[in-house]
Amino acid sequence: MIRVILPQHLRTLAQIGQEVELSVEGAQTIHSVLDTLILEYPMLRGTIVDQVNGQRRPYMRFFACGEDLSLEPLDSLLPEAVTAGTQPFRIVGAMAGG
Amino acid sequence: MSGVRVLVGTHKGAFILTSDGKRTNWDISGPLFAGWEIYHINGSPADPQRLYASQSNGWSGQVIQRSNDGGQTWEVVGNKFAYEGVPGTHIWYDGTQHPWDFLRVWQLQPSLTDPETVYAGVEDAGLFRSTDGGQNWQELPGLRAAKGHLWQPGAGGMCLHTILFDPTNPLRIFVAISSAGAFRTDDGGETWRPINQGLLSPGELPDKTAEVGHCVHNLATHPSRPGVLFMQKHWDVMRSDNAGDSWHEVSGNLPSDFGFPIAVHAHEPNTVYVIPIKSDSEHYPPDGKLRVYRSRSGGDEWEALTKGLPQKDCYVNVLRSALAVDSLDSCGLYFGTTGGQVYASIDSGDSWTPIVRDLPKVLSVEVQTLP
Repeated sequence: MIRVILPQHLRTLAQIGQEVELSVEGAQTIHSVLDTLILEYPMLRGTIVDQVNGQRRPYMRFFACGEDLSLEPLDSLLPEAVTAGTQPFRIVGAMAGG
Repeated sequence: MSGVRVLVGTHKGAFILTSDGKRTNWDISGPLFAGWEIYHINGSPADPQRLYASQSNGWSGQVIQRSNDGGQTWEVVGNKFAYEGVPGTHIWYDGTQHPWDFLRVWQLQPSLTDPETVYAGVEDAGLFRSTDGGQNWQELPGLRAAKGHLWQPGAGGMCLHTILFDPTNPLRIFVAISSAGAFRTDDGGETWRPINQGLLSPGELPDKTAEVGHCVHNLATHPSRPGVLFMQKHWDVMRSDNAGDSWHEVSGNLPSDFGFPIAVHAHEPNTVYVIPIKSDSEHYPPDGKLRVYRSRSGGDEWEALTKGLPQKDCYVNVLRSALAVDSLDSCGLYFGTTGGQVYASIDSGDSWTPIVRDLPKVLSVEVQTLP
């Protein structure tokens, strides 16, 4: 199982707690995790990746194992600690405001 | 017993204010969609239990919510807004052409007759329609063909913020776009034309009478007289007696003719309301006095309505979609401020009372008159 931590505004939208666990089929990539997340929580469609251009939304970031994966291609394989479930895949809203 | 449901969109969620027909005791529920910007929340005239809400933020873009029970429960519906074909370009701030880029939904206007049909006015300016209750959205691209390549965003963005239907002619729709102007279709949305003749923008446009480019802030009409339109422009309050073919100024004795919302009384087609704001750079009431102005003559002659409203040290703004009118026998008016107050009048504006004082910045106010 892959553990995914969502930012507060998406927890509110999906009406879930801080962390969800996903069973991801096939290659364990950022893309496949996001696809599985949307299948489980369809209200999140378009809120992390833009549906029209297929790009990560500029102020949404992906962190795992102390690394910023936001600029990695979406088909990048996830770190082993994430696929093993010992570390979460964090979807983060960039800091905003002052 | 009849009642009202006031739908309030704010910078940090939505609130629903309900009362019976007396409109003296209010129940306030919310925040709904806490923490999100709710640019508009609106009900279907054909089914008052059907509501739509535009929910967005800078991180995650646009979400559309729908309720089938008057706002008690909500479900997320479709949020894919793709411009038809190759989107093309409009003028950018630096004068170059810039691709159309969807940002958010400013206005959701359900059809007068079908709760499943709803129109969305968006930024970058365009008009979308859903005929399946908001699940799927199709653009009406003929609007952007109305000289869209000449439209240019102002400081507030290039948004389609006003959608008006003609209850006597289902093929006729009016829309208004910031810094582009007013537009009309007479064929159900296939083709559109600018309706800006008579608007003057000497401080904003090199050609003050340009066919497009005027910053229209809001439009209003009365259902019994849909050919008569009232407009709050960036500066100037305007009136058209021929469905927008031409306009003339009716600012008259207003202390300032700058402002955002405009509304028409539910039972008196010639009674119009505006809320003057000092200027385009000072977005607060003149002299620190929050005054609604009413004309019972269709413009030109205006009276200040002040009873119950702060008459000193008031520096809030009232945004374009934040004034609404109910249709009870004694017409009620409601407006929300950037300071978080929602004021109500149950006597056509003669006197006002705050329903709630400390909400987040109010972006929109709509009211449903319930059977």
